[in-house]
Amino acid sequence: MEFHLINHPLDCPVCDQAGECWLQIYYMKHGLYEPRMTDDKVHKPKAVPLGPHVILDAERCILCSRCVRFCDEVTRTGELGIFGRGDRSEIGLFPGTELANKYSGNVVDICPVGALTDRDFRFQVRVWYLESQKSICPGCARGCNIEVHVNRRRPHHAQGRRVVRLKPRFNDAVNKWWICDEGRYGYGFVDDPSRLTAPLRRVGGKTLDVSWTEMFTLVADGLRRYTADEIGVIASPKMSNEDLFLLERLVDGLGVRAVDYRVPPAQPGDQDDFLIRADRNPNSRGAELIGLGRSDARAILNAARDRRIKCLWVFHHDLLASAWPEGEVLDALLGAETVIFQGTNANATSAHAHLTLPAAAYPEREGTYTNFEGRVQRFRQAFEPLGQALADWESLGCLLQAVQGAGRPSRAEECFRALAAAVPAYAGLSYRSIGDGGQMIATGSP
Amino acid sequence: MSPAATEKILTRNFGRPDSHTLKAYLETGGYTALPKALTMEPPAIIDAVKRSNLRGLGGAGFPTGTKWSFIPKGHTGPVYLVINADEGEPGTFKDRYLLERDPHALIEGMLIAARAIGSTLAFVYIRGEYVESWRHVSAAVGEAYEAGYLGRGLDVVVHRGAGAYICGEETGLISSLEGKKGWPKLKPPFPAIKGAFGAPTIVNNVETICHVPHIINRGAEWFASLGTKTQGGTRMYSVSGRVTRPGVYETSVAVTLRQLIYEYAGGVTGNGRLKAVVPGGSSAAILTADEIDVTMDVDGLKAAGTMAGSAGVIVLDETVSIPEALMVVARFYAHESCGQCTPCRESTGWIYEMTRRIVVGRGRKADLDTILDVARRGAGTTICAFYDGAVGPYISYIEKFRAEFESLIPK
Repeated sequence: MEFHLINHPLDCPVCDQAGECWLQIYYMKHGLYEPRMTDDKVHKPKAVPLGPHVILDAERCILCSRCVRFCDEVTRTGELGIFGRGDRSEIGLFPGTELANKYSGNVVDICPVGALTDRDFRFQVRVWYLESQKSICPGCARGCNIEVHVNRRRPHHAQGRRVVRLKPRFNDAVNKWWICDEGRYGYGFVDDPSRLTAPLRRVGGKTLDVSWTEMFTLVADGLRRYTADEIGVIASPKMSNEDLFLLERLVDGLGVRAVDYRVPPAQPGDQDDFLIRADRNPNSRGAELIGLGRSDARAILNAARDRRIKCLWVFHHDLLASAWPEGEVLDALLGAETVIFQGTNANATSAHAHLTLPAAAYPEREGTYTNFEGRVQRFRQAFEPLGQALADWESLGCLLQAVQGAGRPSRAEECFRALAAAVPAYAGLSYRSIGDGGQMIATGSP
Repeated sequence: MSPAATEKILTRNFGRPDSHTLKAYLETGGYTALPKALTMEPPAIIDAVKRSNLRGLGGAGFPTGTKWSFIPKGHTGPVYLVINADEGEPGTFKDRYLLERDPHALIEGMLIAARAIGSTLAFVYIRGEYVESWRHVSAAVGEAYEAGYLGRGLDVVVHRGAGAYICGEETGLISSLEGKKGWPKLKPPFPAIKGAFGAPTIVNNVETICHVPHIINRGAEWFASLGTKTQGGTRMYSVSGRVTRPGVYETSVAVTLRQLIYEYAGGVTGNGRLKAVVPGGSSAAILTADEIDVTMDVDGLKAAGTMAGSAGVIVLDETVSIPEALMVVARFYAHESCGQCTPCRESTGWIYEMTRRIVVGRGRKADLDTILDVARRGAGTTICAFYDGAVGPYISYIEKFRAEFESLIPK
C-alpha cells in the first residue's frame, strides 16, 4: 500500500476516478498510516491522450498491466506496453500506434486507479453524484448488458445531460465484461436538443402542440378513415418486444397487411468476431418473431408514391437517411395523405409528418429486446421521459383502446405477459425468469 | 588445505597469449573429456556431476547435477541449454576471463552438459557490454563448428544482451532470450520444467559449465576432494577494492576470506586497516573486519549470515565511507530494478533517495529505521531474488555500521 502511494500524486480532489478508485478504497480500508515518504516523487507524463477516447496520467498508474493485457489478449491489437525500468516504468503506446481500437474505452473500466480516464466523461461530474440502472445497449443486435449512469443530483454539471456515461455490465453469455466504443459513446441522442417532447400536429404550414388525448383521437380517426389496404406501417427494430407486440395487435385488428420493419442503412454496419454486429438495431429478431415483417418496406413506400397507400405510419426511422434513393422516399412522404411519425428524436422524415408522437428513449422506460441469438433481455427505467414523451407501448396501448376498445396495459410487464401467451417463441418467458442475465427464446423457434 | 597448494584448473592456460584458440586448447588437453562423455549414458554423467558436489557458481549455489536431473523424464520435444554469461553482479568479473581466455572450455562443457540433459540447441547469453568476450566466444564457436565438435548433435547460438542486470536472473534471461522485455517469471514452473520458449531449459553459469570437462576427465571424487564436504572443486574469486593486487584468483572453495585478501590479493592497499568486506558480489551482506575467518564455500558463508553469491570479493578499508558505499549500491539497485513487482520498483528508488540524503548531510533520525523497515517488509514478496539481493546490503550495512550512519545525520 505504502509502496503504491510513495510516487502517487495524491491528487484525488481533481481526479475523475476519486470515489471509484481501488487505491483510495484500499487506503481507507487497510492504510490510514502516517506517511513516511518525505522525498521528491518520481515525475511522469500527465494528461497524455492515448487515442480518441482515453487519456493517460502516468503518475497515477500503479503498473498493474491490465490495460496492456486487454490490448494483447482481448482485442489482440497490442498498442500498449510498459516502458522503462524500476520506478521510471510507465504505460505507453508503441511508436506509431494509437489506442484507437473499437473497444478502447474498456481500458478505462479495468484501470483500477485514475491513470486511464475517459475523455468523454473527464471533469463532467463526480461519480458519487451518479445513480445507476441496469440496461441493454441498443447499438446493435448483440444487446450488450450495460449500466446507465445518471446525473440527477447535479443538473448544472455535464451540460445538463442526464445520461453521463454507459458502463458494461457483466454477462458471460453476451458481452463478458466489455462493450464497444460505438455503444459506449452512443447515448448522445437521449439528451439531444432534437428530442421530441410533445405530440405535434402539422396543419398547412403550421405546427401545433396538441394534447395526447387529442392526438389519440386524431390518429384513431385517421386510421378509421382509410381501408386496411390504404394503410402502410414501417415499424422499427429499435422498438421493444412489448411495443412491437401491441403494434402487431393493432395492425392485425385493422387488417393492415403492408407492415415491415426492415430499412437498410445508408452505410452497412461493420461486424467483427467479438461483439459488434452489422445489424445496428437491438431488436430485429424480436420484430421478426412477433410478425412485423409481413410485407416489404420499399414496396410500402412505392405504394405510397403511387397513392395506393394513403396513410403512412413510420416508427423511429429516418427514411431519408436510408440506402434508398432520397427522391423516391420523398415522393412517398409527399404522396401520402397522412404521415404519422413516432420516435424519440426529430429527423428529416419527421419533418414531413402530419402527426408526430414523441417516444421515450430506452433509459426513460422499461422493456425487453431479443438479440440476434434469440436471448430476451430486460432494460429498466433509469429516469422519467423528457417532456410528454411516452414509451411506445403506452401510446400504442392508448391507440388500441381508442381504435378497438381493448383494455389498456398499465405496465410493460403486462404487455410482455400477453406476448408470452400469444407468440410461441416467447412461451414460458416472464420478466421474472428473464432476470438480469436474459433468457433464450423457446427452442425450435425460427 | 594450504591455498598455495591448490592446483589451477580453469585458469591453467591463462598465461598463454593464444589461450582462446582451438590450437592452444587442444595442446593443453582440451576436448579429451568429450569422447569419454560420449561413451557415458546421460544419467551416468548427471550422477558424476552430482557426486562431484559441483554447485552453481553464478550466485545461487544450487547443486548442478540435481538441477540437471529436474528435466522431466521421458520428455519429447526440445530441451534447451542456456549459458548465463550476463555477468552483471557488481564486483564480479571471473566469467569475463573465461569467455575471453578459454571459450573452448565452455564449449566442451556445453557439449557434455547438453548430452546429459538431452539438448540439441544451446544458447550463450552474453552481457551486452562484453564485446571482447562475445568476439572470442563467437570465434571459438566458429572454430568448433569447423572442427566438427559442434553441428553434430548440438548447435550453439551466441546471443548478446542489451545491458540490463535483471537479464542475468535466470527467468529474466529467458524472457529476454525469447525476445521479450527482460522480466523475470513466476516460479514454479521452474525453467527445468518450462523454460525458454516453453520447453524444459537448464540455465547454467559459465564457470559452472567450464568445470564439467574436468569432472569427467579426472573423476567426481577428485573434484569433490578439492573443496568442502558440501561443495567440491575450486572457484574463481574476483577480488577488487582496496587491495594491493586486485584480480581473479582460482583456489579451493575451502579457502578463507582472510587468506584470499592477505595471501592472494596481497593485503589491504598501503597496509591500511581493513574495515569491511563484501564476500559475494554487491547483493551479499557485508562482513566486518573481524568476521573474515570464514571459508568461502556456499555453506560457510551462509553460516556467517551472508552468501557466496558470485564470489565477487569487494574489500573496503578505513578510507571508505560505508554510507557512501551503501548509496552507490542503492543507486545501482534503483537503476536496475525491472519494475515488475511493486515493493522492489518503489522502494529501491525511495531507499536510494534516503541514503543519498544521509550522505549529503540532510538525513533525518527516522531514516535508518525507515530503510530497515521498508527493506524487511519487502523482502521475499517479489517474483525474483533481485530485491532480496538489494535487501542484503541495505540491512547489513546499516546494522553493522549504524554509528557511522548516525554520525552523518544532523542532531
